[in-house]
Amino acid sequence: MSGWLALFKRYLSSFIAGAGVTLELTFIGLGLGFIFGLALALARVYGPKWLRAFATGYIEIFRGTPLLVQLFLIYYGLPSLGLTLSQSLSAYIALGFNSAAYQAEYLRGAIQAIGQSQMMAGRSIGLTTWQTIRFVILPQALRLALPSWSNEPISLLKTTAVVFLIAVQDLMARAKRAATVTYNPVGSYLAAAVIYLVMVFAVSALLKWAERKTRIPGFEMGSKRV
Amino acid sequence: MPQPILTIKKLTKIYGNNVIFRDIDLTVAEGDTIVIIGPSGTGKSTLLRCINLLTHPDGGEIWLDADEITAKGANEDLVRQHIGMVFQNFLLFNHLTALDNVKLGLTKVKHMNDKAAEAKAFEELKRVGLSDRAHHYPGQLSGGQQQRVAIARALAMDPRIMLFDEPTSALDPELIGEVLEVMRDLSKSGMTMLVVTHEMGFAREVADRIVFMEKGNIVEEGSPDDLFYRPKFERTREFLWKITELYGKKENADGPSAAEDTESNQPAAEENA
Repeated sequence: MSGWLALFKRYLSSFIAGAGVTLELTFIGLGLGFIFGLALALARVYGPKWLRAFATGYIEIFRGTPLLVQLFLIYYGLPSLGLTLSQSLSAYIALGFNSAAYQAEYLRGAIQAIGQSQMMAGRSIGLTTWQTIRFVILPQALRLALPSWSNEPISLLKTTAVVFLIAVQDLMARAKRAATVTYNPVGSYLAAAVIYLVMVFAVSALLKWAERKTRIPGFEMGSKRV
Repeated sequence: MPQPILTIKKLTKIYGNNVIFRDIDLTVAEGDTIVIIGPSGTGKSTLLRCINLLTHPDGGEIWLDADEITAKGANEDLVRQHIGMVFQNFLLFNHLTALDNVKLGLTKVKHMNDKAAEAKAFEELKRVGLSDRAHHYPGQLSGGQQQRVAIARALAMDPRIMLFDEPTSALDPELIGEVLEVMRDLSKSGMTMLVVTHEMGFAREVADRIVFMEKGNIVEEGSPDDLFYRPKFERTREFLWKITELYGKKENADGPSAAEDTESNQPAAEENA
């Protein structure tokens, strides 16, 4: 038991720093993924044929191949094309590009659920298509998407653990080092698991709060929309 | 004769092999209320959607005042500002309060500052009798109230003409009256209106002209009295009789002049009986 306490004392700050890196990866990946994912979703719903085809192809490829393969291609593969990226940057890009594919599908579903009639209503008062998307469709679609989209931050937070394989110093990397040095894999990985769990709970609570905060009376999933 | 607000020349709309309407001619003078009636699937709604360019006609011309809005290069967003549209299903912006629904076009399309837009939006809500519901969301309003907000939203843009696409068809019977009352007031105030409806009581009382459309053609048009009492075509007589029987009673039920209306609302009853 004292061995565990010593481990805890010795590696506490390292684990906390690692958790910070994990959160950073999650939020940057999520942010990049949201911006790019939203563009993909809009392209799929409103884009011309070629753009729709591109967006569909992108989504299928990034959802159909392992994140780890994508990460290795970016980190180990791109240098052979003359583009060398740092470990962190490779991780951000891989996570962001991958998350974009998933987020695009959540957002596309919500945008389509809002439907053509709201577009017609917006255009009928003289708003342009783009203005209608911005002021009418998206504010509703994002609210509609929020409950299912909430899976993505939580899933992504746990998925970031793969980046230790390109030596990014996230929580997983710190746990692995602690395990190796102290010969206490159970303690090290359990500690990491607990910290992941706490972060997931925190993110979950934040999302629930956001859902409550943006809720509009009479407008929710399953309510009638025309 | 003064320039009509709306002139439609030989308008044609075809979906695939399906001719929705062909060679429609129609003019609407300033201040007129024109009611279009006809069986469903006749192209009435499509005609309205063509007029504010929500769908594009396959032939013919539409003129708004002295401008051809179907001309190549016409600024469609600008055209729609001048043509108010009220939909069967209200189509309010569900994430905005009644006030913000009316305000959105003022700030984003007309670029009014927030304060002026809010004052104007509030005025329009007052005009449809809903100033006390300004901060309610569509989900908190009855169908009749939602439709009145939709009318206020269209009116706020100061349109040259208002198009109504079966504005009471999606409403519970007891809510129809409040919407028709707003439309009646609007017509009396001199607004130019083109209304697709089955409400014969409204048509008889308010319309300057009734247009009877069937199978993509205008069968007959004229004053309410002409169509109700002296229709040129047997088909007009049949339709009016049928529709009055279906819809007339509903509206009369809560109207003050129910007895009188019931009588006069049944054109050519004897002949048909």
